[in-house]
Amino acid sequence: MTFHEKANVMDPEAIDKALMRISHEILEKNRDIKNLAIIGIRNRGEYLARRIAENINKIKRARVPVGVLDITLYRDDLTEVAEQPRLRETEIDFDVSVKNIVLVDDVLYTGRTIRCALDEIIDFGRPLSIQLAVLIDRGHRELPIRADYVGKNIPTSQREVIEVRLKECDGADEVIIGEIDGR
Amino acid sequence: MAKNNTIWNKKDLLGLEELSREEIEVILSTAGSFKEVSTRKVKKVPTLRGKTVVSIFCEPSTRTRLSFELAAKRLSADTVGITSSTSSAVKGETLKDTAKNIEAMNVDVVILRHTTPGAPHLLAKTLEPSVINAGDGAHEHPTQGLLDIFTMKEKKGKVKGLKVSIIGDIAHSRVARSNIWGLKKLGADVTICGPSTLMPVEIEKMGVSVTNSLDEAIEDADVLNVLRIQLERQKKGLFPSIREYINLFGINRQRLKHAKKDILIMHPGPINRGIELTHDVADGPYSVILEQVTNGIAVRMAILFLVTGGKI
Amino acid sequence: MKTLIKDGYIYDPANRREGVHDIFIVGNKIIKVAKKIKEKADRTIEASRMVVLPGLIDMHAHLREPGREDAETIETGLDSASRGGFTSVCAMPNTTPCCDNQGVVELMLEKARNARLAHLFPIGAITKNREGKELSEVGELRHAGCVAVSDDGHSVKDSSLLRRAMEYSLMFDIPIISHCEDVGLSQEGVMHEGYVSTVLGMKGIPSASESIIVARDLQLAEFTGARIHIAHVSSRESLDLIKHAKAKGVRVTCETCPHYLIFTDEDVRTFDTNFKMNPPLRTSEDREALRQAVHDGTIDVIATDHAPHIESEKDVEFDYAPFGIIGFETAVASLNTLLIRDKITDWNGIVELMSLHPAKILGLDKGTLGEGKEADITIIDPNERWVCTKDEIRSKSKNSPFIGFEFKGNVKYAMVSGHVTFGDVSLHRRSS
Repeated sequence: MTFHEKANVMDPEAIDKALMRISHEILEKNRDIKNLAIIGIRNRGEYLARRIAENINKIKRARVPVGVLDITLYRDDLTEVAEQPRLRETEIDFDVSVKNIVLVDDVLYTGRTIRCALDEIIDFGRPLSIQLAVLIDRGHRELPIRADYVGKNIPTSQREVIEVRLKECDGADEVIIGEIDGR
Repeated sequence: MAKNNTIWNKKDLLGLEELSREEIEVILSTAGSFKEVSTRKVKKVPTLRGKTVVSIFCEPSTRTRLSFELAAKRLSADTVGITSSTSSAVKGETLKDTAKNIEAMNVDVVILRHTTPGAPHLLAKTLEPSVINAGDGAHEHPTQGLLDIFTMKEKKGKVKGLKVSIIGDIAHSRVARSNIWGLKKLGADVTICGPSTLMPVEIEKMGVSVTNSLDEAIEDADVLNVLRIQLERQKKGLFPSIREYINLFGINRQRLKHAKKDILIMHPGPINRGIELTHDVADGPYSVILEQVTNGIAVRMAILFLVTGGKI
Repeated sequence: MKTLIKDGYIYDPANRREGVHDIFIVGNKIIKVAKKIKEKADRTIEASRMVVLPGLIDMHAHLREPGREDAETIETGLDSASRGGFTSVCAMPNTTPCCDNQGVVELMLEKARNARLAHLFPIGAITKNREGKELSEVGELRHAGCVAVSDDGHSVKDSSLLRRAMEYSLMFDIPIISHCEDVGLSQEGVMHEGYVSTVLGMKGIPSASESIIVARDLQLAEFTGARIHIAHVSSRESLDLIKHAKAKGVRVTCETCPHYLIFTDEDVRTFDTNFKMNPPLRTSEDREALRQAVHDGTIDVIATDHAPHIESEKDVEFDYAPFGIIGFETAVASLNTLLIRDKITDWNGIVELMSLHPAKILGLDKGTLGEGKEADITIIDPNERWVCTKDEIRSKSKNSPFIGFEFKGNVKYAMVSGHVTFGDVSLHRRSS
């Protein structure tokens, strides 16, 4: 099986713009930012969450708390995945109760990851609300989940793969559509 | 996708002798992540929801059993425990029959504590569920070895090059053997120290230094892992008296005078206070004995997660 | 009945005969051994490319009857022995009741006669009920048909009693077979005490637990002038002592078993209870020393110590399993596969170790293919390859470490007093 790149759908500038727009939308919806907290889902959601928080901090001269969620332990497919997922820590060093939480991930697809994340956050406490921000929404939901903030909607086929690459872990910012050959 | 972790593909955890350095490191890093779960308000994750974990303890144990049970419960597994007094062992049923019956009830993990070396290996060979060795005679106690090493690594930052002295009844100690295998694989220097009657033959071939002098074992050591001395050994003539044992191998403040300032004192419990360790040492600033207990749950969660998660 | 064994390669060291010969048997006796025998026979056994040996004698086996007929009976035991090429078997006295009186000896001999398989030679107990307290009636045992006395399974702990037994045995010229073990040293041990027992955390049986008693028994034999045979020698230290005693002229012979020549304590790492026996498998250095002792003649005999145990007794935790393995059916094949291959011994050596020497030690007129002798003959295809499977084991018990083992060399026929006890003769043409 080889990954075959078909198109580059976002460049660094497009990503920056999308994240800035999302940051503004979050502020519009959450006028009182003292209850606001942002939680990214490992791995790439974490970096996107930090960038969004940085935007908001700049705009509002504030310090929005950021947390990181590892949803491995909440997955419902642990025994089906061939390779064991690598477990890392969840880092939420604030009380999620009485907070408006913005959950951040890179790609919204079946919705199962978000379901896991919701379960996990709720085990930490009782937030006022949970909202969802994603860089890409590629459709094909299997659960009744929708995003409150979307960087870009990209209709895809099930055979296609979306790869979000970020400076922090991949050396560059871009979003690629590709296909896995040899099935 | 998580391509970086295909290192663990074992169904069972039987001992540290058979694990590679990489496998031990995977357990330790996984345990690190699990430690955080036990500090949450809701100390429970749904990972093993719907899985059944059965523990069979054919030998008395309080803390290992409790630790395994809490680990399984914090992963949302259903747990049932049987001890030899309630099991069919007394009715003349063999261990294998008992286990086969348990398997027929579709359990996912069997945790076994047994007085006989190789008992968990016998089960692992015949059973489909994962088997975790919770101590087999004087052979191995892999989860204890792992939690000891996890604690050393957490406190000292690394294991490689660490000087660890294991003190006491080496001959009858599964904890000593699991420690030696794990520590040697991770590059630590291991010294064992105890009365020569409690030193098994040819143990130096395991790659350890052997001494009968406690002062020598303490000098330069970064860690002292002090074993429990079974008082019934004295009756079997393996050492002349408790008094002499304390004089020669008991650890007190005086003996630690020449120790490194940041030495760690560990003990697998339960402690014979006043015998292998004095009160003030067991509760003193060097002691990490209670942290070992805390870490035990994280390590056992990691093991349960790894042995159950890798299967398709 | 006249039988002709044709074109077999004969090894008969007692008569210094080796090579392709025919053997002509009438009734229960060997009548003629020569090249190209022309006599008319009722049946012919085609033995070309096979080796033809004086019938093998196993001087150390446990047949379990009377007492544990669930594990083995005299009939199944002798059938298993025949499949392994043995034409004579000595049964150790640790039965229930113990073989310490004429009654039990007669019962065993009666069962063996009815089985019409290998010859059975009971070994009587040295002390009543093998308890190490009072001498058995050795004279009566001898008279009833016992060829040796032994408390196998135990040493006679009381040195004074053993001295008396030795002195008493001299009256009957009967050998004392010594199981050498200091139980104080072996205690609850389950395997050899060494690096492997240390790693496995198992209780060890030190080599000294054997050699200490070997030393004592040799001294007593020297002192009394009695004839002793040291059973199942497993350690280097014992060999050194025996070698030394032999050089001094002590009347001592000794045996080892195929498993001590093949396996080591490393095999216990599998936790397979078919590697649990007493004395235990020792180190590779011990195995090397034993092989050397087979080569140089310090070891006189290879016996099986065939010890059947039912599966439910053996298929348990290592500590709880009984000691012992079965051995009849794999003995000669395992020795050909490994020891002859490695030139530790050859077929003449096998005949000495497994037929001629046992016959001499036990005072049996056997161990040769001489004309006029009883027709006890073993025929082996030295090149046939086969795998030992549990289903094909004839013993009632299946406790063999050789299950799954691939052998070179297979027993084709066993003949006991002219009667074929193993092998298919009906397939062969009648020559008249």
